[in-house]
Amino acid sequence: MTTTAAPSPSAAGLPDDTPALDVEGLRVDLSTPSGRVRAVDGVSFSVRRGRTLALLGESGCGKSMTALSVVGLLDPAAEVTGGAVRVRGDDTLRMTPAERRKLAGPVLSIVFQDALTALNPVQPVGRQIGEPFRIHRGLSRREAHEKAVELMTRVGIPEPRQRARSYPHQFSGGMRQRLLIAMAVALDPDVLIADEPTTALDVTVQAQIMRLLRDLQDEREMALVLITHDLAVVAQRADDVVVMYAGTVVENGPVREVFAAPRHPYTRGLLDSVPEHAVRGRPLPAVPGSPPELSAVPAGCVFQDRCPLVRERCVQERPVLRASGDGRTAACHFSEELDRV
Amino acid sequence: MSESRAITAVEGQRPDVPEESGPLLEVKGVTKTFGHGRRRLTALDGVDIRLGRGETLGLVGESGCGKSTLARVLLGLERPDAGTVRFDGTDPFALRGKELLAWRRRVQMVFQDPFASLNARMSAADLIGEPWRTHRDVVPDAKAREKRVRELLSLVGLRASDAHRYPNEFSGGQRQRIGIARALALDPDLIVCDEPVSALDLSVQAQVLNVLSELRERLGVAYVFISHDLSVVRYISDRVTVMYLGKVIEHGATEDVFERPRHPYTGALMSAAPVLDASGASGDREIQLTGEIPSPFDIPSGCRFRTRCPRAEDLCALEAPPVVEGGSHSALCHFPLEGVAARA
Repeated sequence: MTTTAAPSPSAAGLPDDTPALDVEGLRVDLSTPSGRVRAVDGVSFSVRRGRTLALLGESGCGKSMTALSVVGLLDPAAEVTGGAVRVRGDDTLRMTPAERRKLAGPVLSIVFQDALTALNPVQPVGRQIGEPFRIHRGLSRREAHEKAVELMTRVGIPEPRQRARSYPHQFSGGMRQRLLIAMAVALDPDVLIADEPTTALDVTVQAQIMRLLRDLQDEREMALVLITHDLAVVAQRADDVVVMYAGTVVENGPVREVFAAPRHPYTRGLLDSVPEHAVRGRPLPAVPGSPPELSAVPAGCVFQDRCPLVRERCVQERPVLRASGDGRTAACHFSEELDRV
Repeated sequence: MSESRAITAVEGQRPDVPEESGPLLEVKGVTKTFGHGRRRLTALDGVDIRLGRGETLGLVGESGCGKSTLARVLLGLERPDAGTVRFDGTDPFALRGKELLAWRRRVQMVFQDPFASLNARMSAADLIGEPWRTHRDVVPDAKAREKRVRELLSLVGLRASDAHRYPNEFSGGQRQRIGIARALALDPDLIVCDEPVSALDLSVQAQVLNVLSELRERLGVAYVFISHDLSVVRYISDRVTVMYLGKVIEHGATEDVFERPRHPYTGALMSAAPVLDASGASGDREIQLTGEIPSPFDIPSGCRFRTRCPRAEDLCALEAPPVVEGGSHSALCHFPLEGVAARA
């Protein structure tokens, strides 16, 4: 996908139009007790520094698997079987594990959804936040601790010097998420991936965390890949959106345009399902059925079972992502009909 | 034990017949604390709610506000320290034996976490039919049970062939539907739904909300609908109760509360919730809250919201806030909002 951002400062002296992260045709297979399934099937997107790209989709659509492939943290049962993940122009999928580890932190970083399991429960948080500085920058324990306190101050932990000696369970959910974010941005990555960073949090705390992420992104010129199922978060926070369904990308483009006039029936269905648009007492226009299991993704269009526009061609032939020249693409044989509905 | 008997004795003066015209559920001044001495946690502090037959009450608040404890009280799982609960005019905490069993059938629950609430060793059909093992007369024979399971599965959007699958074969969303089907199995009068759709995917969430609305219309079932998702609460509820640290701080008809919130916390909740607005306008209208909810072990003096309230003044620390009333809409605040819409 091409973004239409104003030129942003380049990473590592590359020309301005080089994306900070460029994923192309990513394929991930997953071994399950019932056989091998394709969890991610030809996913492509790219994002520049300073921009925010949302990977939007429901559970099992492959968005988290995509994120984990990008940072090289896939479960052993999953395997990348094709495609490229380029950062600073190099394909990380062709790197040795040691080379990839060097990228983790200074170039690519990730914030997980569940801060309690993502943090080490038996280590003071200050030591965990300082760890990247010890590993990548060779700082001493004391210097790393100072850096950790600085970062904790930056992400809004009160009394950071004392709190650095506390353990994860002694923090609230919102504070733990702040700690994870501190750790993730410690080495000023080019790309920050945030996997449902606020899903587990209360509404007022969610707003605080989203604001923190936005401020950090602005001051560090990071590219942000926001993995979420929340349409409102996408609408408010992202520049571009990649809509995923059953392991594939069904639509992508600038958020405003996609949400104003979706070109895939699934995107349309999602937007219609939001209760905010509904009239109380009237049924919500729900998408019938549920997403296919990965072991039973239909041969033709992945959305055919739930699609209001479905016809013979959709069963026969899987639609490819078609670019329409305005920075948008959609994988639907009949997307023109959606504009008219 | 003796406390509840005392309450029953007083109640004994009233006619024992349930008044069909009265509210289905009436909770007055319910207080519940846990622990002792300095480690005493106040989960509920003088909570009042009222629910008519077939009505839906939305219960909104952040974690630690007491909404789940209130749910447990409504289900009879947690006995209040003070205050009264009346279900159809009866005190469920005074019931014993068969009467208690009969009452339990009328109040069911949909749980928040579909991973913790289903026994992994039971098939969907067993899970959905399990309540009939206790309440034997609801669907008496095996053939009818099989049929009813299939109906319930399709009601919640699962396939008939899913009946013999096990929880690990379902997605989180599908598991939650099994939980909903199970709650429906006894045809209850009231279903307490604790964050019932927050684990569901959006396209599926709409289906489940539709199912819940449909059942309300067809069977007249009432809901206490606990959720942090304001757009869901607004869609499904007739009335809304907003809680903060164990206290009801605002209550009223859904549209009144959403259009003209009086309590600054309600206003903040509404402006903090991201709105689906592709124009991206948000930021400036937000009533920003700092910090997080104080510990329920140590509730602030005066108004419990004052530590995070943008409107707080000295008075708020000194005196408990008065009830501000306007019609059916009430709030607890010294300096209520003027009733302007928090968002367009």
